[in-house]
Amino acid sequence: MILLPCPWCGPRAATEFAHIGEVSVRPDPGSATPAQWRGYLYLHANPCGWTSETWYHRMGCRRFIKVERHTETNEVRSASAGGVAEVPGGQAAAWARGAEIPAGGPAR
Amino acid sequence: MRTSTNGHRRGPGRSLYPARYSAAELFRRGLAGEPWPPAWRQQPMKGSYDVVIVGGGVHGLAAAYYLATNHGITDVAVLDKGYMGSGGSGRNTAILRSNYLTPEGVRFYDRSVQLYQRLATDLDYNVMFSQRGHLTLAHSDASLRTMRWRAEVNKVEGVDSEVIGPAEIKRLAPFLDVSPAARYPIMGALWHPPGGIIRHDAVVWGYARGASARGVHIHQNTEVTGIDVAGGRVRGVRTSNGDIATPVVLNATAGWSTLISDMAGVTMPVMTSPLQAAVTEPVKPFLSTVIVSGTLHVYISQTDRGELVFGASVDPFTSYSMRGSLEFIEGLAGHVLELMPALGKVRLLRQWAGLCDMTPDFSPIMGQTPVDGFLVDVGWGTYGFKAGPVSGEAMAQCIASGQTPEIIAAFGLERFGEGALVGEKGAAAVGH
Repeated sequence: MILLPCPWCGPRAATEFAHIGEVSVRPDPGSATPAQWRGYLYLHANPCGWTSETWYHRMGCRRFIKVERHTETNEVRSASAGGVAEVPGGQAAAWARGAEIPAGGPAR
Repeated sequence: MRTSTNGHRRGPGRSLYPARYSAAELFRRGLAGEPWPPAWRQQPMKGSYDVVIVGGGVHGLAAAYYLATNHGITDVAVLDKGYMGSGGSGRNTAILRSNYLTPEGVRFYDRSVQLYQRLATDLDYNVMFSQRGHLTLAHSDASLRTMRWRAEVNKVEGVDSEVIGPAEIKRLAPFLDVSPAARYPIMGALWHPPGGIIRHDAVVWGYARGASARGVHIHQNTEVTGIDVAGGRVRGVRTSNGDIATPVVLNATAGWSTLISDMAGVTMPVMTSPLQAAVTEPVKPFLSTVIVSGTLHVYISQTDRGELVFGASVDPFTSYSMRGSLEFIEGLAGHVLELMPALGKVRLLRQWAGLCDMTPDFSPIMGQTPVDGFLVDVGWGTYGFKAGPVSGEAMAQCIASGQTPEIIAAFGLERFGEGALVGEKGAAAVGH
């Protein structure tokens, strides 16, 4: 069983989460070429080793978290707030950059 | 180009083999106490080959076999980092079918079923193909609608498929719970008589024996560590057992296709996930068809030994781990009992996992790449084994002629840049 240390809920079984995928930078939809956009949609690093990815705690806090996981051993090194599906410049992005998370989780 | 024979010929062709497999030969050797010779030869690795195939599974060995039989190209090396058939070829649930959704997919897999039908004769090797029929259950109006669609596409392409109702399903598989009171009532099914199961190890060994007899070198325990590319062309392969100079490399791996492609500098639209399967203790024969339920993420067949083989959808996250999990086995048992309550006392013997390279459209990636001489036969998701023969035949033709054969034209890597995807999710996967 894989345990993910959710920054809001504590260690929980991975079955509570949805795997979203590798953290990647979304090109600006206004200026991206079709090739860039398809690259963003379809191409993945898919490494055999440590990777940085987004999981969604669908049966818990329903927040996106960023997880460092080894894809061969499934060892989890860290999990932090933030993740790919967050709005740039929003509070989650600030947490992802290392802003302090309030004790007892964030205010809802 | 030489006429395609697929090794299917009588007479002199057979004498290639160190021993012929027949009842008379079995009897003679039994009486004389004469041991069987090894089925394939172990050769020292050369410094150069015309073609190097990475991956000693059904795809790689079939490509080597058809290169030798159909095109006379025998200076070929097949490399595997483990033993042959140790990856997806030995971990799948051995189901064959051609009831796909897109015309491209149906034509392709139908050719594979045709090749499988006469594979035992072509290879002089008993591959135990049992065309017992394949039943895909519908538990909702939506899936019944997709099955009608599939049945119509299949009929247009000349493939035998039809939608049947619960009474007919009960007749074919009496142990299924077809009552309307079931948690997921069975509303109908796609019945595909040509589908069935096969002995997957025998397919691998038969191709290895056929390829080896024609001069192909098979190097097991040989891991590829790098691919040399210069001036946009493949120059050679570096392995754990030495370097090889070659103008052509075929990536026929499953699970590790991203890593091998990365060595040549080709990025793949692939995500790797494990798929788990399990087998029960042997019981008396009672299940004469293959049963599939997309809603319940399960497929069931009974082997000739009486064991029930269960497969599922891929694990819901990417991983290169081949360990089984308790969550999987719990879910699987619940789903199987939902379909066949009578199996409550049957015990599981073992479970395992294999790696699946999932593509965005659930179709494979085959043919040439931007690097000259680097070809791929990858992205086989959960449906690679059943496509082994046709893939080998098509990739051999692709290597020999330098042109992409019509039957795999839709599956090129360039389709992701052009937006010309071949959506097979409705028929290729059970988990969707």
